[in-house]
Amino acid sequence: METEIDDPKFTRRMFNTGATAAGLSFIMTACGPKRLYEAPQALLRQRIQEMEEQYKENLDVNVKVSDAQPIPGVQFAYALDLSRCIGCRRCVYACVDENNQSRDPQIHWIKVFSMDKEKGVDFTNADPYYHPETVPEDGHFYIPVACQQCENPPCVKVCPTGATWKEKDGIVVIDYDWCIGCRYCMAACPYGARHFNWTTPSIPKEQINTNTHYLGNRPRPQGVVEKCTFCIQRTRAGRYPACVEVCPVGARKFGNLLDRNSEIRYIIEHKRVLVLKEELNTVPKFFYFYAT
Amino acid sequence: MRLFLITLASASLALMGADSTAPVAKKDTLPSTAPKPAERLEVPPPPFSDGIFPCSTCHANQKPNRTRRELAFHTEIDLKHDEEHRWCLDCHDADNRDTLHLASGEPVPFEESYRLCGQCHGEKLRDWKAGVHGRRTGNWNGAKGYLLCAHCHNPHQPHFKALAPKPAPRPPQRVLNQQAPK
Amino acid sequence: MPHENAGNTTQNTAETLRLISGFARGRLTLIRRGNRSYGIWLAFLGVLIVSGILAWSGQVRHGLGLTAMRDQVSWGFYIGNFTFLVGVAAAAVVLVIPAYVYDWKPIREIVIYGELLAICAITMCLMFVTVDIGRPDRFWHLIPPLGHLNFPSSILAWDVVVLNLYFLVNLIVASHILYRAFHGKHYMKHVVVPLVLLSIPMAVGIHTVTAFLYNGLAARPYWNSSILAPQFIASAFCSGPAILLVVFQVLRKFTSFEIKDEAIHKIAELMAYAMFLNLFLHGAEAFKEFYSNTEHLLYTRYWYLGLGGHHTLVPYAWAAVFLNVLAFALFIVPSWRRRWVLLNIGCLATYAGVYIEKGMGLIIPGLTPDTLGEIYEYYPTITELRVAAGIFAVGFLLFTLMLKVAVPITLGEFRGKEKMAVADGSAGVPALAGH
Repeated sequence: METEIDDPKFTRRMFNTGATAAGLSFIMTACGPKRLYEAPQALLRQRIQEMEEQYKENLDVNVKVSDAQPIPGVQFAYALDLSRCIGCRRCVYACVDENNQSRDPQIHWIKVFSMDKEKGVDFTNADPYYHPETVPEDGHFYIPVACQQCENPPCVKVCPTGATWKEKDGIVVIDYDWCIGCRYCMAACPYGARHFNWTTPSIPKEQINTNTHYLGNRPRPQGVVEKCTFCIQRTRAGRYPACVEVCPVGARKFGNLLDRNSEIRYIIEHKRVLVLKEELNTVPKFFYFYAT
Repeated sequence: MRLFLITLASASLALMGADSTAPVAKKDTLPSTAPKPAERLEVPPPPFSDGIFPCSTCHANQKPNRTRRELAFHTEIDLKHDEEHRWCLDCHDADNRDTLHLASGEPVPFEESYRLCGQCHGEKLRDWKAGVHGRRTGNWNGAKGYLLCAHCHNPHQPHFKALAPKPAPRPPQRVLNQQAPK
Repeated sequence: MPHENAGNTTQNTAETLRLISGFARGRLTLIRRGNRSYGIWLAFLGVLIVSGILAWSGQVRHGLGLTAMRDQVSWGFYIGNFTFLVGVAAAAVVLVIPAYVYDWKPIREIVIYGELLAICAITMCLMFVTVDIGRPDRFWHLIPPLGHLNFPSSILAWDVVVLNLYFLVNLIVASHILYRAFHGKHYMKHVVVPLVLLSIPMAVGIHTVTAFLYNGLAARPYWNSSILAPQFIASAFCSGPAILLVVFQVLRKFTSFEIKDEAIHKIAELMAYAMFLNLFLHGAEAFKEFYSNTEHLLYTRYWYLGLGGHHTLVPYAWAAVFLNVLAFALFIVPSWRRRWVLLNIGCLATYAGVYIEKGMGLIIPGLTPDTLGEIYEYYPTITELRVAAGIFAVGFLLFTLMLKVAVPITLGEFRGKEKMAVADGSAGVPALAGH
């Protein structure tokens, strides 16, 4: 009524309540959950503990999530010997097992392309669905492709929420709890390296790898993007990625670019090395070479 | 005058020669941490067939026959390794079957068989020592694990047999399997 | 004295609140009035909306796997519609430019309808984006300070900012004009004119930013061409007005809405020029691809001619070309665009042609073949069609309701009972009887 609206105390009370509410909600959201990019160590540990508890609850598995930070003085790089790869796809499935990729629907971080030796590296005539009795097939060579961990990653440039970024050791990572699934990064990647969880990923319980990293192979939810992380859970602990270890012909090499004595430096300095789509200036850290 | 010019010329040549001791082309050197050729590398035991070693068990009592021929024993070995020009005793030492021998005659133990392979496959030996040829396992920042050539390559039939590839990826489907309501 | 001033402030606040609530109540009344066809139209839209909601809830539960999008073609029908609708939203400016920049009076009164259309179009854009992302529950990650917006690096972040700003500008202007008209006052020029003039570069801005979304991706040669931004503007300037021309004719028939024939013909003429530019830019693109004959030709070839036995989109490509050329012809010849039948055919042809070439005709060829040469032929599933239909129904519903409110108010047929204070000196218009 007239008295209520005219009463100065009424408007002042309304204003005060409104201001307090706004202030409180701002404080709550500012202190609330944000992306893991800038999470301080203590908060990170707490979030990881929550992750482990949730995995126990939802998957009924004791998943260990590591928060290993980049090793100083390390820039990871990968080299793949095109004169040796026989297209056996053991790397593809070793990666699937190591990195908890969904079995159904099927997600593969590594895709192997069969190419014609006469045409050379030519993706318009490449076939990732080859299935001969035995490999290698006559007149064909094979190129496995996964995330190139670019130095100028176009995916990082376009992510609207900053859910993907390049770590200090060169690995491009994704915060699975921050990604909104807009798939702009998938449009931006020139190498088809990013994959989307079109529905809830499913892995048989006994096949879940419980040694995980919070930015790497921990089980992902529906609706987020994932990709190769150079087996961050292994490489930050000094080990080779799973694909390097399983390759039966030794076509895969991995190491620290900043170590003058590493295999990677030896390859770059002594072998014929190429990168894919060089003209796009993404500066990949995945090198293809010919050892012979 | 002529003496002066000759001295000048030889001095310049000597200096140019001295210059060539400066930076060596990178291609000729191994990474500094790679073991020197004479050093023996730590490798797992050679992949002998069961019961075949030591060879001297049988061969100590036999007279070496250096004539190239088809053998009565070791018939399971089908030599397909430059068999046009080489045969068994070009690698296996005729006098002591428990070792191999280089082209110079110098004996090498089976644990250093890479030196024998390296005689013909020198660039592969160089790459192998750098860790670039062959499978890598273990730590990228730790001690390197080496395997012998023979661990992957059968020295009598080194050509890799074709493998059956693992299944091809499923092409993208319009209907995902998980369409059924949970 | 301080006490009196405080009293005045509260009095003014109370007055404003009363006027606003009167406006709100008035609007509700207007919306509820209507004849049989109005009711049937609303019911039809309601059915589509319910169907869309049901389809979307299935998508939220089971994931985007219910669409036909896969890793190889990771954007599809939803984003295609989004792109087309941003163009429609930008097209309100086609009316604004002649009205305010060239001070062409016959169009001035109808600018507000362009703005209402822009509001509906942006609403639909925001809905299409929401249904397309994998985690709609995480939408707030885009809103600072709750979330983190990767501005200025990500063009999507720019799009979020400019689309919402443009939405706000149009909402403020339209609400202000209607609110003032409802209470019998003319809108405040110093509020409206600057905002309307601002909306011109903003309209160009929103569509340029949307074009840059695609343009900046070096991984997609079909999109990575400088021609994309101008071409977006050209196609936008035909498609938006096409809808409005039809709407104006409908309003003219069923209400006492008046619009001069010459205004409609002028808009059609402007659309002809925009369509010419659109066709020219497409032609330039086609020339560059086919003549230079590099590997980049693959994508254009897939769209117009098919590739390796895959021909799903070819009929759509040529349909779009035919429709666009037809529309251009119908609008460029003055005697043809003055004939109502031909004009309306032209409008439909423009709308359909641009819808095809800017919706699916932009997204799918950009992603097919994919970056590693694979061809996955995408066409939408029933879920996608249902959700899209639902969103379009929401947009049409909003536009219908807005027109239901705006037309009577701007025609002066509907006024609020509350009188506005005559502080600015202009006379109030007495309320009409009958309400």
